[in-house]
Amino acid sequence: MIQFKLNGAERTYDGDPDMPLLWYLRDVAGFTGTKFGCGMSLCGACTVHQNGDAVRSCSVSMKEVNGTSITTIEGISANGLHPVQKAWMEIKVPQCGYCQVGQIMQAIALLNQKHNPTDRDIDTAMSGNICRCGTYQRIRAAIHQAAKELA
Amino acid sequence: MNIENVSRRGFLKGVFAASAFVLGAQYVPELLWSKENRDASAAFQPDIFLGIASDGTITIVAHRSEMGCGSRTALPLVVADELDADWSKVKIDQAIGDPKYGEQDTDGSHSVRSFFDQMRHIGATGKAMLISAAANQWSVPEKDCSTDASFVVHKASGRKLSYGELAGFAAKLPVPKKEDVPLKQRSEWRYIGKDNALFDLQDIVTGKATYGMDAKMPGMVYASVEHPPVLGQQVTSYDDKEALKMKGVQKTLTIPIYKMPYQFQPLGGVAVIADNTWAAFQGRTALKIDWDESPNSSYDSVAFRKTLEETSRKPGKVVRNVGDVDAAFAKGGKIMEAEYYAPHLAHASMEPPVAVAEYRDGKVLAWAPTQNPQAVQDTVSSMLGIRKEDVTCHVTLLGGGFGRKSKPDQVAEAAYLSKQLGKPVKVVWSREDDIRFDFFHSVAAMYMKAAIGPNGLPIAWLQRTVYPPINSTFEAGAQYADDEMGLGWNNLPFDILNHRAENGPADAHIRIGWFRSVANIYHAFAIHSFADELANAAGKDSAQYLLDLIGPGRIVPLEYRPDEGEDGKKYPLDTARLRRVVEIAVEKSGWGKKPNGKGHGFGIAAHRSFLTYVATVVEVEVDDHGKVTIPNVWTAVDAGTVVAPDNVRNQFEGASSFAASLALFSEVTVSKGMVNQKNFNNYQVVRMDRAPQRTNVYVVESDAPPAGVGEPGVPPFAPALCNAIYAATGKRVRELPVSKAKLV
Repeated sequence: MIQFKLNGAERTYDGDPDMPLLWYLRDVAGFTGTKFGCGMSLCGACTVHQNGDAVRSCSVSMKEVNGTSITTIEGISANGLHPVQKAWMEIKVPQCGYCQVGQIMQAIALLNQKHNPTDRDIDTAMSGNICRCGTYQRIRAAIHQAAKELA
Repeated sequence: MNIENVSRRGFLKGVFAASAFVLGAQYVPELLWSKENRDASAAFQPDIFLGIASDGTITIVAHRSEMGCGSRTALPLVVADELDADWSKVKIDQAIGDPKYGEQDTDGSHSVRSFFDQMRHIGATGKAMLISAAANQWSVPEKDCSTDASFVVHKASGRKLSYGELAGFAAKLPVPKKEDVPLKQRSEWRYIGKDNALFDLQDIVTGKATYGMDAKMPGMVYASVEHPPVLGQQVTSYDDKEALKMKGVQKTLTIPIYKMPYQFQPLGGVAVIADNTWAAFQGRTALKIDWDESPNSSYDSVAFRKTLEETSRKPGKVVRNVGDVDAAFAKGGKIMEAEYYAPHLAHASMEPPVAVAEYRDGKVLAWAPTQNPQAVQDTVSSMLGIRKEDVTCHVTLLGGGFGRKSKPDQVAEAAYLSKQLGKPVKVVWSREDDIRFDFFHSVAAMYMKAAIGPNGLPIAWLQRTVYPPINSTFEAGAQYADDEMGLGWNNLPFDILNHRAENGPADAHIRIGWFRSVANIYHAFAIHSFADELANAAGKDSAQYLLDLIGPGRIVPLEYRPDEGEDGKKYPLDTARLRRVVEIAVEKSGWGKKPNGKGHGFGIAAHRSFLTYVATVVEVEVDDHGKVTIPNVWTAVDAGTVVAPDNVRNQFEGASSFAASLALFSEVTVSKGMVNQKNFNNYQVVRMDRAPQRTNVYVVESDAPPAGVGEPGVPPFAPALCNAIYAATGKRVRELPVSKAKLV
């Protein structure tokens, strides 16, 4: 029996231990905010937090989830919008929006580690996340704006 | 504002049950159902687009798909503006696929262009009827009433009534004639031309937005399909014993191959049915399938390139002829020739193809991220042998589309499997499926030849383009790209005495389809690379030379079909507008102020596509290892009247990244009929560290009719980039992607 926390709530799981967290979240638990993009940790669309670190949920198996704490977009902010989400709205980042949850989760993890990231810090941290619509410069601007808000 | 979770929403006809006032069904009588208007370009057969409930909620139907270009917001916004509605009270309802809405294929950058006038008129008609209703209530003349954000106001007496209060009365009034309904003056627009957010913005950033990947039906099973590795192959036998032993795998089923022409039909293959997506993916890895031979098994993109290039050196079908290029070439003098090549590309939308469908009692209900829900109706009904009107397709948000999602093969797979299984089925394509089994952007070879006059400008310009046409998808054996000629080939806007454009034949061996900005990509690459080669050969400044090529402001006579099927009078090819965007891009970029060379350079290109004029200046840095970075892009855009300027900027910023992907990295190659690329490791697209660091977009203010926005930013980018690389390094890049070139 696998035991872990999902958005603060205790959970158990006794299915295929090799199932990636992504498909547990989407098909078993019904948390569809986390997206499928590539299945190989190449695009970042499925980014969630495991013990506060950004991970690609397509490449984390349920047995690796055992004993850890997982946060998804649905659990990122108990009260209203997270400052990163607010910045995303103010800068009007999204086009199709499909990758943006993964981008936001990656950005939150970055800002937790670096409170005032440079452009280079942002490019390094965010280059695992593909946006096919190409909203990169707005993502960078929104991270700077969120950093100011969080300071 | 939150949209309802589409997967829980009922049929559309239920949506208006609560509305006291519904506009549309009885409206626009002169066009109502007339057969001669029932074609793709007319598209003006509105039915229900607008409803107002007694509580003031305004429901506006979005009949175009949202794939990131903003049309789901823009068109309802136009209705709301002319209705003079309070946007915060607006609820957008996504239309199902139904010919009653007119044309619904969200492609060709034409949602706003084709429906702007119609949406204005719907809003204005609603407003006129609400004013009549209020005037009746107050027994005052209509002309003494005005509107203000969902209220009708009688200024003289200070009275006002909300649209909700008036809805029931307005519903009883006759619909006024179109010519009796006044439209707002531009200065009165409340939302059009202002910076409005996407309707779904908050849902997107909170993960609540529903994409096709998120659609569900009660009792559904999951399916993943092993497609034939080569187009046209069929299953001869297969062994699923190991697959069926895997946890969560329920069964396997074959899907039949298409009938020629393949159009949007499924490729065929073996489907694994499972309890969840992961189990379905896993089951496929254990299948043992024998495929038969296909004539496409010999397709090799390296050999094919040679064939295309050889064809490009021979005369082709003439698609535009001005003067006499042969006579000019025969006179001798300075002749320049160059050849350009661009590879196949995959769309690689972030959301791979996916659909949920249920077949029950001869009817299909589907949820899909489709650009074209009526094509879902056509494809599914044809495959299952049921009536088109018995296919109901709900449209979710699309996680990108770029043309791929105009083709609903995966929806037909889901519907077919559901019929076999007797329960709803969700078909999920992996990224590998998406890249290997795309409707690919075509590979292309272009041959260019010019005779140079004494002033360094061409007196003759011959251009020849060769590639498997998109029409090969719809007509077996099609070799000529008639439909793509308007995409930047039969409408060269240069002022050259002798000009001929040709198209040579080519056979398709993989599925070919529309890809964001389509043939404009390789056409603009060849034309503007060649223009820059001529400028450099003449020792002239590239930007000034481009302006000289364009020549004085004039309307370019196009003897052949007007591009984009639009009336040439409404959207003439106006070189004054093209010159203007060039001049803006030159000025804003500080063109000529920084020296070129030593690994730093500027390049320029200007291309009109989807009736929008775009000029792009790219700045590059090429380091000692040949690594290309793009610190700045300046793009000037004249798209006529603009509904949502900030979204236009976002589209053009994004287009520079999308174009940087194809210019720098992306390439699909084929060996033995099989696509070699599978995922983002070997099909490369730009990430934040390699994308243009800053794209500065300048939108020209214009009263001209609205033109395209989603695609036109892409075509000028690759030539502008390659011209900048030449300026920086002296190396001319004549084939894409740039990553294959040796720059140091």
